[in-house]
Amino acid sequence: MPQVIELNTIAEKYKKSVEDIERRVIICAGTGCMANGAQKVHDAFVKYITGSGLNVVTELRTEDEHKGIHLSGSGCQGFCQMGPLVTIEPDGLLYVKVKPEDVSEIVKRTLVESQVINRLLYSIPSTGEHCKGTNEIPFYTRQSRFVLKNCGLVDPENIDEYIFLDGYAAAQKAYLNMSAKEVTDEILKSGLRGRGGGGFPTGRKWELTRIQPEGKKYIICNGDEGDPGAFMDRSVMEGNPHSVIEGMMIAARAIGADEGYIYVRAEYPLAVKRIKKAVKDAEFSGLLGENLFNSGLSFRINVMEGAGAFVCGEETALMSSIEGKRGMPAPKPPFPAQSGLWGRPTVINNVETLASVPLIIGMGADAFRKIGNEKSPGTKTFALTGHVANTGLIEVPFGTTLGEIVNNIGGGVTNEDGSLSHEGFKAVQIGGPSGGCLTEEHLDLPLDFDSLTKVGAMVGSGGLVVMNKQTCMVKISRYFMQFTQNESCGKCVLCREGTKQMLALLDDIIEGRATTQTLVLLEDLAHAVKKGSLCGLGKSAPNPVLSTLKYFRQEYNEHVINKWCSTKSCKHLTAPEIDPLKCKGCTVCIKKCPVGAITGERKMVHKINVAVCIRCGACVQACKLNAISGV
Amino acid sequence: MLTESQTISRSRQFGKVCGILEKYAYDSSKLIPILQLVQEEYRYLPEEVLVFIATSLNIPPARVYGVATFYSHFALEAKGKYVIRVCDGTACHVKGSMNLVGIIQEKLGLDDSRKTTPDMLFTLETVSCLGACGLAPVMVVNEEVHGQMTKEKTTAVIDELIAMEKGYAAGN
Repeated sequence: MPQVIELNTIAEKYKKSVEDIERRVIICAGTGCMANGAQKVHDAFVKYITGSGLNVVTELRTEDEHKGIHLSGSGCQGFCQMGPLVTIEPDGLLYVKVKPEDVSEIVKRTLVESQVINRLLYSIPSTGEHCKGTNEIPFYTRQSRFVLKNCGLVDPENIDEYIFLDGYAAAQKAYLNMSAKEVTDEILKSGLRGRGGGGFPTGRKWELTRIQPEGKKYIICNGDEGDPGAFMDRSVMEGNPHSVIEGMMIAARAIGADEGYIYVRAEYPLAVKRIKKAVKDAEFSGLLGENLFNSGLSFRINVMEGAGAFVCGEETALMSSIEGKRGMPAPKPPFPAQSGLWGRPTVINNVETLASVPLIIGMGADAFRKIGNEKSPGTKTFALTGHVANTGLIEVPFGTTLGEIVNNIGGGVTNEDGSLSHEGFKAVQIGGPSGGCLTEEHLDLPLDFDSLTKVGAMVGSGGLVVMNKQTCMVKISRYFMQFTQNESCGKCVLCREGTKQMLALLDDIIEGRATTQTLVLLEDLAHAVKKGSLCGLGKSAPNPVLSTLKYFRQEYNEHVINKWCSTKSCKHLTAPEIDPLKCKGCTVCIKKCPVGAITGERKMVHKINVAVCIRCGACVQACKLNAISGV
Repeated sequence: MLTESQTISRSRQFGKVCGILEKYAYDSSKLIPILQLVQEEYRYLPEEVLVFIATSLNIPPARVYGVATFYSHFALEAKGKYVIRVCDGTACHVKGSMNLVGIIQEKLGLDDSRKTTPDMLFTLETVSCLGACGLAPVMVVNEEVHGQMTKEKTTAVIDELIAMEKGYAAGN
């Protein structure tokens, strides 16, 4: 007989066990901070805290009572650029870029003497002002962290702490106090839309599955976040895995499923590890398994690792992959709600969508609707990357403007060397290889599902890549084309062959072989690929090309007609230049040039004949005075 | 003809495969996790093992081969001891990840068609996104993530590995 879980008892026990903890030191253990050496910082803390005579607790066991300092890891806190991050509570301090060498000072001055170390605080680049904690740093104060609220606070590997913070209470409510229809209606009423890209109303999806005849049904959590430049789902799975499990439990309750799958990308080893541990812990506590909350209902979760195929983010392809086949999409209808995994009714939701569900059930649909805007309620997490001062993970209500995100939260556009640029950005790519680009004319555009679709972009999974003025848009669209061409599963001819031809046309443009006819052909083909493909991958593959053609036609023309790339990114369309101020006329480059393109007398400034030059770059390497640039 | 010791090591190898197949109860729908574990064991998927798996699961070898070639994680050729994966996700790409590829290729004498060094020490790959975009450009050596890479840092990482290998060789 499995025990019936008492959430209150666990929460109280946890509270009692941490009552005597004086301070908490939370080290961000997201992928970003780990890569920057968070583990070494952690080890240094253990060493120095013990050395200073204080008691350090690294593993909380709810049965024990703890004293001293609790040292724990958290999920991604979002401010990846500044990692490793160390939070000290209850002082509310956030130390950034902490190195193992800094730890002895932190222990001595902050933990023992309760002083603040200014040099480790974040300082605002423009004013140099120090910020004590997240409540003073603009990167955080301008966000509204809803789904990510507990990422960075809760220890992702401690189920008791999650329960202490009201975790699994929403699931209990759904299983004990609500009927399946009531749960579905609540989500429907909340207006929650799928965070994975499409923006389909989650409640509708559940309702369509709920009304199917009783029998085996499945709920799948889509954690196959393949968009290059996006890592929101990874952060949620790493930072708060129990919220995903709780969301799945509620979804299972709504549709009548007794089995679920979490499909995680294998490129995210830490997310896989934490999700697996969370599932195990939940099973051990009786939160997964038979007779949940004594309701008579049961629910189990399997975790499956992907094997590296972008197309598996598409729901029908993902189901094929779970069934052990090649992950190729199938035509819809039948929709997964009618015939999904192994032919059974199935709901597939994105990680972030599922993580929102417990919060909605907890706060009620009406309160949720107050966040965001009318058609797109709630918040959205974005991965803010590229040429921007504060890269990292952010969460804002739908309807926040692009300008607010890039300039205020992101802290402005940067140059190649990381210094702040005053020129503004050239474009922001949103939605990855399926999305489009936004330009400075969109600074005031509220970001939500519908307004983005209107301008030819999409929310997608939420990658926001900022590009500065030195970025060549033709090359960027080639980059995305290369990606989709590589990831096309090969089922539809237009996607398989069309993307290949589009890539070849873009290569023609970049390598200087294009004519005006090339652009016409490229655009025609783009529309054909959109029409002739079955799944979202092919349908949206031409988007980056179409959107750059729309906003940067002039740049394409420059490449095609003038054979010139003004950003000097396309090697074939640039020419080396000799800086007359630096050239001393030493003739070294003349001797090195394999085609005799450089002329000039000794002690006179040399000249390059662009028509003869093959852009091999030999002269640039040969010049000791760095007088030659451009190739 | 295989020598006796080769025959024994073969059967031992298949012994491990059998263990993996048993773990998944010879269920053909678990083909992907099976191949993942097998690859963890061998570092790639040898052809004879694929045929062995197909026969054991009672499915056509073509289906196993189809799955093995569909997913980019599965390798049909042996990889080097150190697999260097340079992230070419959007964020890394705009921050110059392809320059890193060039530097590594030059350093190790590789090119787009030759991805593994002849001494089987290094394999160079690009991956679409590792999700560590905040640290772009990113490079991963086996499981270790190196962020915000520059030309100097990249060269240093590889030099260190080469020096370590030389140390092993000298130690032996």
